[in-house]
Amino acid sequence: MSDHSKSSPLVTYFSVWIALLVGTFLTYEVAKIDLGVFNSAVALIIATTKALLVALFFMHLKGASEKLLKLVVISTIFFLFILMALAMADYGTRYWS
Amino acid sequence: MPDTSKRRSKLSDSQAAVSPHEGLHNPGLLHHFATEEQQKDASNLGMWIFLATEVMFFGGLFCAYLIYRGWYFGDFAAASKSIDAALGGTNTAVLICSSLTVVLAIWAAQTSRRALLILMLVLTMLFGLAFLGIKGIEYRDKFVEHHVPGSSFNFEHEEVPGHPGQYANPRHAQIFFALYFVMTGLHALHMIVGLGIFSWLLYKAWKGAFTPRYHTPLEIGGLYWHFVDIVWIYLFPLLYLIDRHP
Repeated sequence: MSDHSKSSPLVTYFSVWIALLVGTFLTYEVAKIDLGVFNSAVALIIATTKALLVALFFMHLKGASEKLLKLVVISTIFFLFILMALAMADYGTRYWS
Repeated sequence: MPDTSKRRSKLSDSQAAVSPHEGLHNPGLLHHFATEEQQKDASNLGMWIFLATEVMFFGGLFCAYLIYRGWYFGDFAAASKSIDAALGGTNTAVLICSSLTVVLAIWAAQTSRRALLILMLVLTMLFGLAFLGIKGIEYRDKFVEHHVPGSSFNFEHEEVPGHPGQYANPRHAQIFFALYFVMTGLHALHMIVGLGIFSWLLYKAWKGAFTPRYHTPLEIGGLYWHFVDIVWIYLFPLLYLIDRHP
């Protein structure tokens, strides 16, 4: 967090808040349009963007200096990836051949 | 500044005891930390490690959801369509607003605005309660429609979206509703725990415990609240918006 200017964090917080509300509206409206297989992809991209905005600006990951903290966050995502990827590799290929 | 050296053992030779900032520090500084900064970083790190376990906890449920959704996509889409997406969307907005009031509360503590801090904590809790209220209305609808998994579950003659004349398999739809109730139920439980944490924070704020130098509990509680918000950000499109187009 920066201490040089008192008003800058407020501008960030309100901008992120508006972006999150717009994202919610967008995901709700896009779901009504038939995009075929891309409906899920668009929904997940919007959700991930919103999650990143919350993590970076509200949870202050942006500007976090501690390396240990970065290690925890990156390994969290990595282990979640292992969980999903291995499960999908199994269930996604069971009925092959 | 109060002299806190009496709180430590005279025999202590920990780094804190010989800190060059002796006498300048906040009384909230525990003796096993060298600086306030280190103490704050340690608290933050602990919370993030807890959140990592929470990610894996919800991750297992999301994984189960993805597998069944892949198998029974049509049935899941039909079941998803029976939930009120407008209520879910409203709840998403309510949670986003509560996340804003959390960061504003921390900002208020950082800038010594006690009244604003208390107002923001109260608003956060009101948004949390509104979320649970809307959730309650949604659950009530599901009970009325007999969409709760169990002996009275009924999902006959519900069309699969995009496939006129084809009905969803009630057994598969029941799996969707089981996941829906477990995932949103556990999320709601996290909200209730969050309300408990924020009641305590409000009490501490009322007593004037938080200063620009020391407001770590607000930041830690805020991290938890934002995490619960992120879980909902994923739950909303996955449960409510599977196949909404006409």
